[in-house]
Amino acid sequence: MTGPRPDRPDRQARSDRPADPVRVRLCPGGPLLVRGAQEVLDADGVAHPVERPVVAVCACGATGRAPWCDGTHARIGPRR
Amino acid sequence: MQLPRPRGPVSAAVIGALRGGPFDAAAVTAATPAAGLREADVQLALWTAYEVGYRGFDDADPDAERDLRVLAWRKAAEDLLEADLRARTSTMVDEARAGGRSVADRIAALVRDAPGAPLTRHLQKHATREQFQTYLADRSIYHLKETDPQVRVLGWIDGPAKVAHAELLYDEYGGGRPERLHSHLFAEAMRAAGLDATYGAYIDAVDAPTLVSNNVMSLFGSQRRLRGAALGHLAAFEATSTDPCRRIAAGAERVGFPDAVAAYFHEHVEADAVHEQVVLGDICGTAVAADPAIEDDVLLGAATCLLVDVEAAQALHDLLVADEQRPPAPLRVLRGERAAS
Ligand code: FES
Ligand SMILES: [Fe+2]
Ligand SMILES: [Fe+2]
Repeated sequence: MTGPRPDRPDRQARSDRPADPVRVRLCPGGPLLVRGAQEVLDADGVAHPVERPVVAVCACGATGRAPWCDGTHARIGPRR
Repeated sequence: MQLPRPRGPVSAAVIGALRGGPFDAAAVTAATPAAGLREADVQLALWTAYEVGYRGFDDADPDAERDLRVLAWRKAAEDLLEADLRARTSTMVDEARAGGRSVADRIAALVRDAPGAPLTRHLQKHATREQFQTYLADRSIYHLKETDPQVRVLGWIDGPAKVAHAELLYDEYGGGRPERLHSHLFAEAMRAAGLDATYGAYIDAVDAPTLVSNNVMSLFGSQRRLRGAALGHLAAFEATSTDPCRRIAAGAERVGFPDAVAAYFHEHVEADAVHEQVVLGDICGTAVAADPAIEDDVLLGAATCLLVDVEAAQALHDLLVADEQRPPAPLRVLRGERAAS
């Protein structure tokens, strides 16, 4: 976790409160839906800021927009 | 926006009434046969009757939204449209209902089995800049008010489904940043492609299937009774977005449009990969768990989206390809020749 980002003043107000827990939901055959995170580290350790209320983190390895899911799992995967 | 140009007797009557003129609802209803339901005249009349409740028209009567004569006609036209949609999707819905363990599975199966149209592959690989402009102008009828038809259903659901839908809406509406509003991103894409991004600028140029595709969202999104269909439509819409958007972004880059055009579609690859999961599992799944009676309408809404959006995409593809046969026509795009007729 990093401190508040300068372009998101709303985060500043939150930083002195206890953070909401990060919640993760596994989507069978697809991504991890993540709520409450501030950033996601990719395989190279590069931090990707979370800029949506919910993000989908690729769990299949086939995305073209890592670390985010881009829907490619539906074309490669076993359909569960 | 000004009231649109009538496309026939029914739209002429409705548009005249909204301007404050006379209107005989019974006579116009009798002139709205099921047979012509999907044609531009009736669909434009319905689109206009809905639009008074979105951004409205500068030249409409200030109280046009509550014109009971037009509302009486609208109800009759909506009943015909709903019956037509239920009839045309019944096989898809029956098959979906028979399989799957959850409503999310059933919607996913509908999406998987739905036919496609060659439109987005054409945009990716072959379309000219002018054809791309036609596509963007056609889609502007929805995207300049993107998500507005899906707002009212938020008040008709509760609990986890409401929370998840609010999350999705917040993302569509920019996540707290006006410059990220999806409708704003689309307007920027239009301007970057050399189009007029004024709301409603191309309404006189779009064909009937595009109007149907827009009207079903308003039909489902304006009645609590049809809340399940509104959610199902949203589910199918989001679940059929990432692949087409990826292809369209590639096409926009291929024809050399400024970045704002591809940017709208790149944003939708990423956002709709999230929205698809949210709407299937967190919205439809929990809404149906809380209110099992809406499941059939959820499937109706999903099947309707898949049906009418493919029809609209096929019709637009055919128009683009037909235009290729008669050079130097691409600027039929803005359909000047029809507007002049
Ligand atoms: S999980 Fe969706 S692309 Fe990998
Ligand atoms: Fe969007
Ligand atoms: Fe979306």
